[in-house]
Amino acid sequence: MARIRLDHVHKSYPNGYSAARDVSLDIADGELLVLVGPSGSGKSTVLRMIAGLEKVTSGRILIGDRDVTDLPPQARDVAMVFQSYALYPHLTVRDNLGFGLAVRRQPASAIKERVDAAAESLGLTALLDRKPAQLSGGQRQRVALGRAIVRDPLAFLFDEPLSNLDAQLRSDTRTELARLHLRLAATMVYVTHDQVEAMTLGTRVAVMHEGALQQVAPPMALYREPANLFVAGFIGSPGMNFVRGRMNGTGAGSAFEGSGLSLALPDYGANASGDVVLGVRPQSITITTGQGDAADGDSWAAAVVLVEALGSEQIVHLATGELRDLVAVVPAELAVAVGDQVRAKIPAGAIHLFDASTGRRISRASS
Amino acid sequence: MSGRVWWRAALAALVLFAALPFVWAMIASLTPGAVLGGAPALWPSHPTLEHYRALFAVRSFWLPIRNSLVVAGTTTALCVTAGAFAAYALARLEMRGKRAILSLILAVTMFPQIAIVSPLYMLLRSLHLIDSYPGLILPYVTFAMPLAVWLLVGFFRQLPRDLEEQAMVDGASRWQVMKRVVLPLSAPGLATTAILTFIYCWNEFLFALSFTLGPERQTVPVAIALFRGQYQIPWGEILAGAIVATAPVALVVLAFQRRIVQGLTAGAVKG
Repeated sequence: MARIRLDHVHKSYPNGYSAARDVSLDIADGELLVLVGPSGSGKSTVLRMIAGLEKVTSGRILIGDRDVTDLPPQARDVAMVFQSYALYPHLTVRDNLGFGLAVRRQPASAIKERVDAAAESLGLTALLDRKPAQLSGGQRQRVALGRAIVRDPLAFLFDEPLSNLDAQLRSDTRTELARLHLRLAATMVYVTHDQVEAMTLGTRVAVMHEGALQQVAPPMALYREPANLFVAGFIGSPGMNFVRGRMNGTGAGSAFEGSGLSLALPDYGANASGDVVLGVRPQSITITTGQGDAADGDSWAAAVVLVEALGSEQIVHLATGELRDLVAVVPAELAVAVGDQVRAKIPAGAIHLFDASTGRRISRASS
Repeated sequence: MSGRVWWRAALAALVLFAALPFVWAMIASLTPGAVLGGAPALWPSHPTLEHYRALFAVRSFWLPIRNSLVVAGTTTALCVTAGAFAAYALARLEMRGKRAILSLILAVTMFPQIAIVSPLYMLLRSLHLIDSYPGLILPYVTFAMPLAVWLLVGFFRQLPRDLEEQAMVDGASRWQVMKRVVLPLSAPGLATTAILTFIYCWNEFLFALSFTLGPERQTVPVAIALFRGQYQIPWGEILAGAIVATAPVALVVLAFQRRIVQGLTAGAVKG
């Protein structure tokens, strides 16, 4: 097992397209780092550069204490699980599992021993003599996983390993992966576009957008203190509400004004002024039905335009002032229907504020 | 329902159209020489093997068959092995001018054979290769190789790239990737290429006629063509020879047909 470091790694293609811009990451020994981002964000490119499948344009990559920047994939001793599983179709499950050991000319007895052990741990023993075509999607996925485990590599690389599985199997396998990480305590880099996988699996999560790292943080820190508008909008479901507007006054007693919404702000000290974007998670908005609480100065009137019931909760789309679609997640018990007039409230503590021109998070005055 | 009937009828007509000359040749090759010029029959009233007997006993047809096997076999082996390496490099390795190389390779096949028979003859004569196996194999390789490379490039490109990358990450060298993953998976492609190359060499006439001097090195098509004497054309033996020349190739194609069509990569990715 080993630490992986990316030092100002840059990747650009001859046509001028930059797939990775100045990516620096320090992945601790035994950490599971999730690279997450929309498609085209460069996350797979970063993974492939760690594997050696893509050349680095500039910068360095270190695995353990070894500079592997110019080493071919064969010499890096990492294992990779592809989205397609990439099982060798002409080989049996046994030979697939043992492939990495066989090409390294390990003795047959040692290969058999390790393959048997890995197959046992993944429940593949009964399938060892089958060919990949005779396996189900979940079984193929486990073979791909087993092939990585058998090698006992310095690090595991996963490229969207769950995206070809159906929903039930995906969540089962996700849990299995989390257990595997606990058991092996191995360094893992995991690429996904699915924020649920990122949040549930990652020791830390690195959010990528347009080839650049946006934020690297533990999952909850990412959720609570997104570093910029992109991360704020990408992490969390449904996505964070954003309202453009201006800040009136500074420090304590300042207020937000925009799109017909005016809200008292927490103390931002001298950090914020002028044009800002206010962000609030749908889960933070509270709704009361009827006009009863009109006296509550912090709440404002809104119209319900759409209700999506999810069983345990419901997603309510509100319109107020110039805002056409403000999303709130409220308990399923609350009786709301399309056309209702309700009063909505955003607790000051739940407000995120971003600079309108840079998109960066504005932090509160330290108290 | 009626659509299916039409479909079958059309298929039957096509098969009949393609197979009729061969069937006719087969029937005629079994018909005694005396009645060969008469009204054609669907089945000879007195089938005979006399033409085949004559073919091997009198004309020692084994000799051209041996020559054809040697020339076509060697050419095929050379084309498939060298072609596979060239094609893999062109399909997968990063290098400049790949497109230009592929176009150049294809351009070689553009020369009409008849246009280069004379220069090739002079070349082979000065190399003392006239009436020798290499004298046929070398020109055949030049002409068959482009087709082989193009076919194989197509097959290699179809292979999921993930598999090769997986093998490399698993620690396999380029050579091991080729040997353990690419070649086994492109077996259908290699078989197809081999068969097409073999058929090309087996049927080739112009070079074989021009670059050989006598029966010692003549191939099957040349031998059959030279059966005709000054005063008579031994149709029975010519057709028997044609059957003997065609049957093995047809059998090989039929035998490999399944393997050629079969998608060996099933189950490799997704599914």
